[in-house]
Amino acid sequence: MSIHVDIVSAEGQIHAGEAKMVFAPAEMGEVGISPRHAPLLTRLKPGAVRVQTESGEELAFFVGGGILEVQPHLVTVLADTALRAKDVDEAAAVQAKQRAEEAMSNAKSDIDLARAQAELVQAAALMQFLDKIKKRH
Amino acid sequence: MAGAKEIRTKIKSVKNTQKITRAMEKVAMSKMRKAQERMINARPYAEKILRTVGHLAQANPEYKHPFLVDRAVRRVAFIVVSSDRGLCGGLNTNLFRAAVRSIREWKEKGVEAEYAVFGNKAVAFFKRVGGKVVAQTSHMGDKPHLEQLLGTIKVVTDAYRSGEVDRVFLVSNQFVNTMTQKPTIRQLLPLAVTAGEEGERSSGGFPWDYIYEPDARELLDTVLSRYLESQVYQAVVENSASEQSARMVAMKAATENAGKIINSLQLAYNKARQASITKELAEIVGGAAAV
Repeated sequence: MSIHVDIVSAEGQIHAGEAKMVFAPAEMGEVGISPRHAPLLTRLKPGAVRVQTESGEELAFFVGGGILEVQPHLVTVLADTALRAKDVDEAAAVQAKQRAEEAMSNAKSDIDLARAQAELVQAAALMQFLDKIKKRH
Repeated sequence: MAGAKEIRTKIKSVKNTQKITRAMEKVAMSKMRKAQERMINARPYAEKILRTVGHLAQANPEYKHPFLVDRAVRRVAFIVVSSDRGLCGGLNTNLFRAAVRSIREWKEKGVEAEYAVFGNKAVAFFKRVGGKVVAQTSHMGDKPHLEQLLGTIKVVTDAYRSGEVDRVFLVSNQFVNTMTQKPTIRQLLPLAVTAGEEGERSSGGFPWDYIYEPDARELLDTVLSRYLESQVYQAVVENSASEQSARMVAMKAATENAGKIINSLQLAYNKARQASITKELAEIVGGAAAV
């Protein structure tokens, strides 16, 4: 009896394989998951995810938080790569807004479709022209 | 010899340009490999979180998250992912064309749009043509990190949550292969999630739900936000791979064109040189005949 474990982060796969048991630092306390566990969804605290493989070996992976999903034969750890905190996200959002305001300080607030299209048609025509020249040579 | 000298200077300048384009091609080639790797590395997370979201759609939570609810459309938001730098062929132009087409369609239906943009090129574009840009991130470099994107994503999701916009689209280049990049527009919000078959099998067709710890509402929110973020991150790394390969192709063509120009200039130069020698000879012969 074994359970499949996938540990992934947004920037790469960390581990995939079969296991006898998985331990993870859930938000409400550490959880141990055996095969045929009931479906569970919880957030993870920063800490170690330990995987007991079928040969009895124990592998440990550090995660900086994330999400744990358990299906009867499947454990998925979606690890966060970014440092996540509500106020950090909030600050980043404010910054993104400010950057937009600065960059757009003297732009019109409504898109000038005619102008946009004229510009793009011109650019496309240029590309076509270049293509044609290339073929002629 | 004046003509020949001018041509020689010109050949030299074209050769210098060729050196630059060749170097850019090489640089783009090596960057492309890394960018493609990053794109492939991002896939497992996107697949796994999609699987989780698919399971969620199968489960029967007592509460429906706003990200999953289709509303009447009064305003839409576009997240436009472009490159920071130019000299990559028609990559950005084609993308903006696709975006403008879609914007116009919505406008004809009387729906206003706002934009969140990634990359210098899109910032410059909307600055020129106008448009309500609510958030932007540029200078992401060759290694875009999720952290850099979060602020802009949050501005858009907050706007969606508050009902300011009713639909969110992601406009970005899809990396088909080195030669082809396809501008695509995908709907991000509300999420169009189809339940995976896997959930069906594991539950044996019985209605089931997760044990949520601590709280279903918060957890759903976290999972769905992460899902969105991973979609945007995926688009950004894919766009970066597209940018490098488009640049590589454009620079390769530029190097070849420079070679052709050098060849034809060289021919002109040789002709001019030949003409001047012939002229000189004729003069000498003419002079000798006169003596």
